[in-house]
Amino acid sequence: MSLAINEEPLLKVDDLKVHFTLTEGFMQKPVGSVKAVDGVSFELRHGETFGLVGESGCGKSTTALAVLRMQPLTGGLIEFEGNDITQLEPHQMRPVRRRMQMVYQDPFSSLNPRMRIRDIIGEPLLVHGLATDRRSFRARINELMDMVGLLPDMSDRYPHEFSGGQRQRIGIARALALEPSLIICDEPVSALDVSIQAQVLNLLMDLQRELGLTYLFIAHDLSVVRHISDRIGVMYLGRIVEIAGRDELFARPKHPYTQALLSSIPLPDPTLEATRPQQLIVGEVPSPKTPPSGCHFHPRCPKVMDVCSVHSPNLERNQAGPFPNHSDESLVACHLYDASFGRGDRETET
Amino acid sequence: MSELIVEAVLPAVRKRSAFLAFNMRLIREKPLGAVGGVVFLLFMVCGIFANFLAPFEMNHTDLTQRLLAPSLAFPFGTDHLGRDVLSRVLIGAQISMIVSFLAAGIATVISIVVGVISGYFGGKPDMVIQRGVDAWMTFPDLVLLIVIVSIVGPGIPQIVVVLGLLYGIAGSRIVRGAVVSVKENMYTHASLSIGAPTFHVMRKHILPNIMPVVIVLFTTRIGAVILAEAGLSFLGLGVPPPAPTWGSMLSGTGRTYMYLGPWLALAPGLCITAVVYAVNIYGDALRDLLDPRMRGSQ
Repeated sequence: MSLAINEEPLLKVDDLKVHFTLTEGFMQKPVGSVKAVDGVSFELRHGETFGLVGESGCGKSTTALAVLRMQPLTGGLIEFEGNDITQLEPHQMRPVRRRMQMVYQDPFSSLNPRMRIRDIIGEPLLVHGLATDRRSFRARINELMDMVGLLPDMSDRYPHEFSGGQRQRIGIARALALEPSLIICDEPVSALDVSIQAQVLNLLMDLQRELGLTYLFIAHDLSVVRHISDRIGVMYLGRIVEIAGRDELFARPKHPYTQALLSSIPLPDPTLEATRPQQLIVGEVPSPKTPPSGCHFHPRCPKVMDVCSVHSPNLERNQAGPFPNHSDESLVACHLYDASFGRGDRETET
Repeated sequence: MSELIVEAVLPAVRKRSAFLAFNMRLIREKPLGAVGGVVFLLFMVCGIFANFLAPFEMNHTDLTQRLLAPSLAFPFGTDHLGRDVLSRVLIGAQISMIVSFLAAGIATVISIVVGVISGYFGGKPDMVIQRGVDAWMTFPDLVLLIVIVSIVGPGIPQIVVVLGLLYGIAGSRIVRGAVVSVKENMYTHASLSIGAPTFHVMRKHILPNIMPVVIVLFTTRIGAVILAEAGLSFLGLGVPPPAPTWGSMLSGTGRTYMYLGPWLALAPGLCITAVVYAVNIYGDALRDLLDPRMRGSQ
C-alpha cells in the first residue's frame, strides 16, 4: 500500500492477519480456521483520529487487540513510532505499552469493582514504577481526574458509585495516566446514552487537541464515527474495503458495501426517510469460517461482476471509477474501480 | 439505643483502628453475622482453655455414675463409662477446631492455588490440571480417605493433611470457575494491556474478585471437615480414642446408647450444628461486608 505522505506515520499496519484455529476433540486437532482479520493494512498519522467501522464480527476489535499485541498474530507487520513491534517479546513490549493505551466499550466490566478510583487510575503508574512517592502520585491522580472532568475528591470511591458516563471518564483517565501517544478506543460510547455519548466524544476530542493524541476509533455507529474521525476505514469480513477522508467517504462512498452501509443510516426526518432511495444488501454476512472466494462481499453485492468471485481486489487508489480524477487519498478494494475491469459499469446503474 | 451508642462511639473508633471500625460495621449491618462470629469466638475460647474449663479430667471414669442424665454436677450428663460429657465436649472442641480449621485452611489454599493457575492460564495447562482433578474426583471421598488413613495410620496430622488435600482438590473446580468468569472482565485485560505482570493481575484483580467464592468455600469446608472426621471416627480411622472428638462422640457412644442416654449425642451434635452454622453466617456476613458495592447501602 502506498500513501504519499512525507511524515512518518505513528502506526503502520501492513497485511495484518489474525486467524483463529478451530480445534476438535481431546487432542485439539485443528479442523479449520476463522480468518478474523485477513490482510488489513492502514496507517495512523500523528494527531489524527482514524475510525474503523463495520458490522459486528468483521474483525474491528480483533484488529485493535492485535495492534496492542494482546492477540497472537498469524502474519503481517505492525510498526509503532517507527519500530517494528511485531516480533517483540513480552518484556520488550512493556515500554511500548506505555505509549499505547486502550479505552474499552463496557464501562462496567472495564473497572475492577473492588478497587478505589484512585487505584484504578493509578494502576498504570504503579505497574510502570512511576508511583514514587505518595504525594506526587496523589497529585497526578487529581490532575488526571480533573482532565477528564471528574472531581478529585471522588478518588476514594468505588466504581459502583458512578454512572456509565463517569465510569467511561475514569477509563479514559486510566488510559491517559502514562501519557501515551496512541489511544485505541474500542466502541467507547456504544454502551452509553445518546446525550452522554456526545459528552464523552467531545471530551475525547478536547483531550486530543490538548495532548496531541492519536486515536484508533472503533465503532459501528456511523454518526459517531463521522463526528470524531478524520479518516475512516470500512471493514467487511476481516478486510478493509475502503479508506477515505471523513467528508469524502460520506459524500462519495465508493465501495458498494460502504454505499449500502451509509444508506442504512436512518434520517431524522420521517418524510425524507420514507422517500429516499435505499440500497439494501441482501442476505446475511457469510461465516468467517468459510468466507466467499475472491471479494468477500461478492455474494451480496448489487454490482457483482464475474471477476469478483475469482480475484480478491486490492486496496488501491481510486483510478477508474466514476470519480477518476478526484485528488483525494481514498483507497478502495473493488474491481469497479480497477482500470482493467470496472470502467463504465457504474453509469448503467444510477 | 444501641444505634445511638454506635453512632457516638463510631468517630473515635474510626481514628483508633480500621479493625474496630470493621467490627462496628459488622454489628450494625449484619447482626446475625456478628452473633455467628461471637458464637464461633466462644467455641475458640472454649477450645483454647478447655483444659482449665473442664470440670473433670476427660478420661476420668467412674463406673458408679454411668449414663447419668444432665444434672448440676454433670451439666451434660455422663457416658457409658461414667465420664463427664461436658469435659469431653470441651476437649473435643479443641480437637475438632484444630482439625477443622487446619484442614479447611489447607483445602482453601490448595483450591486457590490450583484453581487460579488452571483458570487463569487456560488452554493446555487447564486441560491437564482439570483432567487430573476429574480423575481425583471419580474416587468417592470416603473410600479415598479410608485407603490413605489405613496406609498412614490414624492421627490428627494425617487426618488434617488428607482432608485438606481431598477437599482442596475438589474445591479447586469451584475456584477455577470463578477465575474464568473474573478473567473475562475487561479490567484484567486493561491491566495486562498496560503491561502488568501476571502475578500483579492475579493479586490485584483475580484474587479480590473471587473472595466471595473463597469465603463461602472455606466456611462450608469447616462443616464438611467436622462431619468427615466424624465419619472417619465412626469407622475407627479418625482421631484415635480415648481422645474425644465431636464426631466420635456423636457416632460412637452417642449412637450406641441413643435410647439409654440421648444426651450423649445431643451435646456434641448441638456443638457441631452451632459451630457450622455460626461459621457459615459469619462467613456470609464477611463476604457481604468485604464487597465495596455493599458499602453504605443499608
